[in-house]
Amino acid sequence: MYDVMIIGCGITGAAMAYELSKYELKVAVLEKENDVAEGATKANSAILHAGYDPMPGSLMARMNVRGVELARQLCRELDVPYEPIGSLVLAFCEAQRENIKELYRRGMENGVPGLQVLTGDEVRAMEPNLAQEVVCALYAPTAAICMPWEYCLALAETAVVNGVELYLEHPVTALKPTDQGWEVTAGGERFETRYVVNAAGGEAGEIHAMAAFCPFAIHPTRGEYYLMDKSEGGRVSHVIFQCPSERGKGVLVAPTVDGNLIVGPNAQAVEGEDTRNTAQGMDYVRERAAESVPSIDFRQSIRNFAGVRAVADTGDFIIGPVDGAPGFFDAAGICSPGLSAAPAVAEYLTQLMGEGGLELKKKERFQGKRSRVRFNRLTAQEKRDLVSEQPAYGRVICRCETVTEGEILAAIHSPIPPRSVDGVKRRVGAGLGRCQGGFCGPRVVELLCRELGISPGEVLQDRVGSWMLAQETKGGGRHV
Amino acid sequence: MYDLIVVGGGPAGLSAACAAWDSGLRKILIVERDQELGGILNQCIHNGFGLHYFQEELTGPEYAGRFIELLGQTGVEVRLDAMVLEITPLREVHMVSRNEGYRIERAKSIVLAMGCRERTRGAIGIPGARPAGVYTAGAAQRYVNMEGWMPGRRVVILGSGDIGLIMARRMTLEGARVLACVEVMPYSGGLNRNIVQCLHDYHIPLYLSHTVTDIRGDRRVEQVVVSQVDERRNPIPGTEMIFDCDTLLLSVGLIPENELTRQAGIEMDRRTNGAVVYENMETSLPGVFACGNVCHVHDLVDFVTAESQRAGAAAARYVLDREGSPGEPLLHVKNGDGVTYTVPQRIRPGRVEKLCQLFFRVNRVCGNSEIVVSSGDTQIASFKREHLAPGEMEQIALPQVLLARAGGELTVSVREVEDT
Repeated sequence: MYDVMIIGCGITGAAMAYELSKYELKVAVLEKENDVAEGATKANSAILHAGYDPMPGSLMARMNVRGVELARQLCRELDVPYEPIGSLVLAFCEAQRENIKELYRRGMENGVPGLQVLTGDEVRAMEPNLAQEVVCALYAPTAAICMPWEYCLALAETAVVNGVELYLEHPVTALKPTDQGWEVTAGGERFETRYVVNAAGGEAGEIHAMAAFCPFAIHPTRGEYYLMDKSEGGRVSHVIFQCPSERGKGVLVAPTVDGNLIVGPNAQAVEGEDTRNTAQGMDYVRERAAESVPSIDFRQSIRNFAGVRAVADTGDFIIGPVDGAPGFFDAAGICSPGLSAAPAVAEYLTQLMGEGGLELKKKERFQGKRSRVRFNRLTAQEKRDLVSEQPAYGRVICRCETVTEGEILAAIHSPIPPRSVDGVKRRVGAGLGRCQGGFCGPRVVELLCRELGISPGEVLQDRVGSWMLAQETKGGGRHV
Repeated sequence: MYDLIVVGGGPAGLSAACAAWDSGLRKILIVERDQELGGILNQCIHNGFGLHYFQEELTGPEYAGRFIELLGQTGVEVRLDAMVLEITPLREVHMVSRNEGYRIERAKSIVLAMGCRERTRGAIGIPGARPAGVYTAGAAQRYVNMEGWMPGRRVVILGSGDIGLIMARRMTLEGARVLACVEVMPYSGGLNRNIVQCLHDYHIPLYLSHTVTDIRGDRRVEQVVVSQVDERRNPIPGTEMIFDCDTLLLSVGLIPENELTRQAGIEMDRRTNGAVVYENMETSLPGVFACGNVCHVHDLVDFVTAESQRAGAAAARYVLDREGSPGEPLLHVKNGDGVTYTVPQRIRPGRVEKLCQLFFRVNRVCGNSEIVVSSGDTQIASFKREHLAPGEMEQIALPQVLLARAGGELTVSVREVEDT
């Protein structure tokens, strides 16, 4: 019998698992895919928003502002790449100046620290590559960039280290109320739990409906992106937003923690988890981005991707207990700014669950620190020392990002081991660079086979079914 | 302190090191990131290498083997499985390897021979889903020829670069079904002999002026949609063809791998994506040379060898003779009409012995043509060709006497001439 079962291991589920792992509770996470962070968490803008955008008084606003405050400390403790570079919202005409002022007012009401309205010239002094048309901008120094999947992974790993059980490839198919709580059927297994947390992202509506009447609907909204080579990474040094207008929320341009440039997203209603890129969507992103930063060289693109935000028709996050389903709690409709809000959502929901009867007794020994080796960020002397102690760190596997065998081996033997080549990529960055795994792919396959004792034919690119290699050649590996 | 450090032990690095040894350097180190010398040639098990240089048809590993053997007769040091992480303007080379750890070696001269990498799906922005089964042709070649595994069973190839063509044949021979080779341009980017030997001989259709407009499949590629494109390379609605396949191979161009070069602050040419080089393959950083595919993408390895031998010999001259003097005459080579790039981009006539080899590529397919080299308004040389194509690298040799007479700029252009 579990105390709490969390459904979904995206950023919200992982933050919840992390938060609950601080207490004397028996907790499990059920994830339908073969890795954490497989949904919206792995495909978004990688931005921790300052919090001026959501409507004052909304859960979004509260969770956002509190979430980024918590994230600062959390990312440090969990060794998640995080850079508080600040953001700018650009106005391109006098009419938009009003929108900037409105955002400023909202931000003040939401308690966002340090907001400033800057003139066009002041903004261009900070960001010389911005368009001449910019008339003013809202500057929010507390906005940050981070590595979303490592954030999620670090939270989940820390939860696991502190006793939370993670069931991958366990899609929930049924929920049944029992005397003591719930019977959860997932991946063909039955579990008993006192409480259920619904953090199922795009499928939160379906999960809710298994427990009770669902009063909300999730409207999946797709956003497409460009990820650019590091040669473009210096185009801007802040997160550059566009003023929301009748043409939508606008497209952002931002550096990433790895030094690339991210450009996107558009917003398009889709059915379910449709993460395809479209020619129209990509054209739109390029055109709109050029309005902010005309000089972006899109020939330096290294990858397009798309993510689906789980937007609830209520217009706000849905967090809390559910009428008629005692012990069932929602963390649903967590679209943008969900990444920013996650630790606050977890904190708040834990509080609500405590009020709802969950006994919250702090663990005496909670291990709240996590770190990993990032070879490419070490000094020459640190590299020298590390390689002399552990020679596997002297073998570079991913040439573009300088990721070593040592890092990959550490990931393969970590608390939540990767089950695919992309799983390795998300953990250590191998294949994230300009050649997109062209060189390191075969070597990562080799390491996965060697360490896990599997055949190359069993290695997955990413999710279950994403096989990489069909069969041996006529001569197979015998000539090698 | 080494006389010369060569970064990369592929065909360029091997030839450069051998030539530097033959020219008198004795303390030479090759740093190779793979576990063996030979570079990409090791996975190119087809033949056709060496026709120019050895007047023989060799496979890739055989071609590399010839130079590895030559290297064995020299005292050149080789460090394998070692990655160069940084080169400083003071010619300090930072490297790391399992066996030797992290080391900084100094050199009197450096040859950059890191080769190139393949353009990816992201670089060309193919719309659609992102399932497994989209590989660059070179990565697929590695799986098939080095690892002994087939990346798929039913294949569409986008791009008619040489590796893609070679892989069309290779996958077919291994029992896969290659359904089509699709090229966005109205002509192939590969060598004509490869079109014939790898596509025609196996009845694999080549769709020119077509491109992939959609990739379908949730976990693994299930379908690829191919559309015809107009003159501006925009897909024409209504021309879609759907191929049921599990694999899409990309052979859509190569990019010189110049991260170390850029980091060292060496001047780059945005046409070649390589360093700007002088007649002896020296870069803007004195004593640092670049050759092979890191400098510009070649069509034949034979030319890589010739170019790299010049670089190696020049590195030796740099170390032994300290040749050159400030203020010596300099010619800037400009791309004229019809020319995409030239290598070298700069010529110091005083350092050319008899002939200066000049490589270039054209930007369109031409029939009977004249290659014109002019300086200002004066034409100083012209060369006749019956056929020119972007996929094939062109080469001319400019006599020293003519270069000595030119001043300031040289322009290379191509003029199609009427059939007579």
